[in-house]
Amino acid sequence: MAMKRYSVFAIAREAMSYHMGWQRAWAAPQPRKKYDAVIVGAGGHGLATAYYLGKNFGLTNVAIIEKGWLGGGNTGRNTTIIRSNYLQDPSAAIYEKARSLYETMSQDLNYNVMFSPRGLLMLGQTEHEVRGYKRTVHANNLQGVETRWIEPAEVKRLVPIMNIEGPRYPVLGALYQARGGTARHDAVAWGYARACSAMGMDVIQQCEVTGIRSAGGKVAGIDTTKGAIDCDKLGLVVAGHSSVLAELAGFRLPIESLALQAMVSEPIKPCMDVVVMANTVHGYMSQSDKGEMVIGGGTDGFNNYTQRGSFHHIEETVRALVETFPMISRLKNLRQWGGIVDMTGDRSPLISKTPVDGIFVNCGWGTGGFKSIPGSGWAMAELMARGHSPLAEEFSMYRFREGRFIDESVAAGVAH
Amino acid sequence: MLTLECPYCGVKADETELAPGGEAHLKRHGPGSTDEEFDGYLFARKNPKGVHFERWRHAYGCGKWFLAARCTATLEVFGTYPAQSTKPPVDLQARIKLKRPGWEGYK
Repeated sequence: MAMKRYSVFAIAREAMSYHMGWQRAWAAPQPRKKYDAVIVGAGGHGLATAYYLGKNFGLTNVAIIEKGWLGGGNTGRNTTIIRSNYLQDPSAAIYEKARSLYETMSQDLNYNVMFSPRGLLMLGQTEHEVRGYKRTVHANNLQGVETRWIEPAEVKRLVPIMNIEGPRYPVLGALYQARGGTARHDAVAWGYARACSAMGMDVIQQCEVTGIRSAGGKVAGIDTTKGAIDCDKLGLVVAGHSSVLAELAGFRLPIESLALQAMVSEPIKPCMDVVVMANTVHGYMSQSDKGEMVIGGGTDGFNNYTQRGSFHHIEETVRALVETFPMISRLKNLRQWGGIVDMTGDRSPLISKTPVDGIFVNCGWGTGGFKSIPGSGWAMAELMARGHSPLAEEFSMYRFREGRFIDESVAAGVAH
Repeated sequence: MLTLECPYCGVKADETELAPGGEAHLKRHGPGSTDEEFDGYLFARKNPKGVHFERWRHAYGCGKWFLAARCTATLEVFGTYPAQSTKPPVDLQARIKLKRPGWEGYK
């Protein structure tokens, strides 16, 4: 469907008619019988995959199928942090691609995703952590990812509310990525959905996949609560439920589903304009544009699909952060929520072909999904369109069998 | 909070007292197996949304490993049993089947 562009002139024009003339941001179609490609999962990754299939490869006969509502899974449940300071080359490549696409995403999509490259610190609070991060800085310099090591005095200058003197975990410095930051998570999903809809793709919500059909080892289509849909290519982009969909397709993935939770405090005046991750004590924090302190911690250790957290994890995370940020001890917790993340053995994602010809998976992002959305979609679209993608090459699901792990224990800035 | 009863010491333990150990009843494939079997043993998990058999350790109690049957979609615990079991006890399977008629059974 034809979209009117958003601009300051559009606001002025619509003001003349009491803002009654705004059109729907995306269409709400019923599924057709057949598409060239079907993407299951209308979260950030699925929508980005569809968007780059259209934008980079001209493939627009595409449907994006969503069981719930658009961006209602992990896309709407994360702590919105964007960074690319990873150790391993394949990770740095895809996360930096993602970060660079975030820089121009608002312009590319004509949708304000409020990307805020406010800077990101990963605190070194033990001697081992300091050495580890210095190593990451060196690796990043070789990879072309702009990070540097900063000393405690500069940490204190950037984050005056931080207590850098301990007592248990003094801040010994930090890995600093100046162009890391945050973005409005919902807007990323909405912006991609609007752009996909504008290219003629069908974004179909409230439509659950109940079966995956294949014939002769090749995908034939899917069965859904809104009827059967045939397709030539099928992308499964359903973090949290990847194993469930793989089971429908007849194979297993090296994935376990765990609950990851986050929380926000009551809104307060601006006090911290960077993102801080404190890995030794398992917590990370940033301040949202509304003023809430957004706090994330570690995952539960057992398989879980319930999308809710556990009290002892909240306690553990907050207890740890209070030492480094004494002022948050008086804050009220406003709300808390959980999301289900895919965990792989090496904490790196899968962007991969599967045992069924024509079925591709993009999953296993663990605790690092939001930051990677555009890079993940870019690589997945290339893999689906061409059968090969340089960015995705190392992330094959067969790397476990072949022993080519991409070991990223730093993925959430916490020890999972 | 998740509470599991340790089958050895009989303590009803909170999850903070326990350490999770992943899927139970994995069949070990070692020397002589195919790459696919070994890969499956090490990494490919059932990860079901529903009935799950899993390993736990009573870490801050008696320290022993035991097994549990739990629903990953609701956190309902069906029961626990000793780690020496090669498959879930028949009476436990029957209890699960009563509560989850749609369950396809242990396989």
